[in-house]
Amino acid sequence: MSAEWSEAITATFIVVAAFLCAAAGIGLLRLPDVLSRLHAATKPQILGLGLIIVDVAVSNVSIATIAFAIAILFFQGLTAPISAHMVGRAAYRGDHVRRDLLVTDELADAVSRADERSGRGDSGDDSASDESPESR
Amino acid sequence: MHQREHASLGSRAMLFLGLVLLWAMLWGQFTVLSVLTGVAISTVVTLVFYLPAIQFSRRLDPARTVYFFVRLAFDIVVASFQVAWIVLRPGTVPHNSIVAVQLRTRSDLITMWVAESLSLVPGSIVVDLDRGESILYLHVLDTDDGRDVERARSRVLGTEERIVRGFGSAHDVALVRGTARPPEADPTPPGTEGER
Repeated sequence: MSAEWSEAITATFIVVAAFLCAAAGIGLLRLPDVLSRLHAATKPQILGLGLIIVDVAVSNVSIATIAFAIAILFFQGLTAPISAHMVGRAAYRGDHVRRDLLVTDELADAVSRADERSGRGDSGDDSASDESPESR
Repeated sequence: MHQREHASLGSRAMLFLGLVLLWAMLWGQFTVLSVLTGVAISTVVTLVFYLPAIQFSRRLDPARTVYFFVRLAFDIVVASFQVAWIVLRPGTVPHNSIVAVQLRTRSDLITMWVAESLSLVPGSIVVDLDRGESILYLHVLDTDDGRDVERARSRVLGTEERIVRGFGSAHDVALVRGTARPPEADPTPPGTEGER
């Protein structure tokens, strides 16, 4: 590959990655609640980081760089969903959800069903459905 | 709990080799020294941080596995720009929903793969997970009506199907094809009951 071509690819990747990271930042400010902000915070940024890493590996080809790039992508891909899941779970249970923006909430149905099964569902609808099935 | 047997020697050896490889990759060199220290570290890690056994399916369809990863990468690229557009478009606030999806597999490993790959694709986050029943609760961004919800549901089942056909057990493949029944009688699938 000629140097010009690899320069062009590098430049394109970095611009696209920067755009995605910027979108992630704007999403943090613009979206209405914790759960939807998580989408912006964790997702476009994964592809953004991926592009930059691929870029580094392409413009600096050696076994060490490529092995390191694969390890970074692997861990980022493995850990970003887990942290998103933990924050999302905490946000849902801590009631930081704009329920008026939800079209359906099938988790609330499941939680209230679980409450009924364990005989705690008749003590009041909303307060009971905010408890998780396994929180006691 | 189901599927809590001891891992076979083969799957333990595979995990151990994976750790050694990872160590060498982090050092960026594959020398005798890095492999030897990797073996030492992996021994300590597997002894100290003991985890429940992973059940490997012992089945691998290379072509379908590659297809799964290529499709995953494709989905990530497309959905990243979709989320960027949702964020940047002027005006409207997105309406979201939390969707319960009943998976067909009961394998911990496959459920983990489905949850991970769904979370990697922008637009859906796994909020909660029912391990015994293999139900995923996803927060899906920008669903305007029931049609979008159903589309998200079928996307999840499609992901599960690609993963199972790639490296799920033969029993899971039969479940996905619909030629075998799930182990226990299913309760009514969530989301189809009356709203409260």
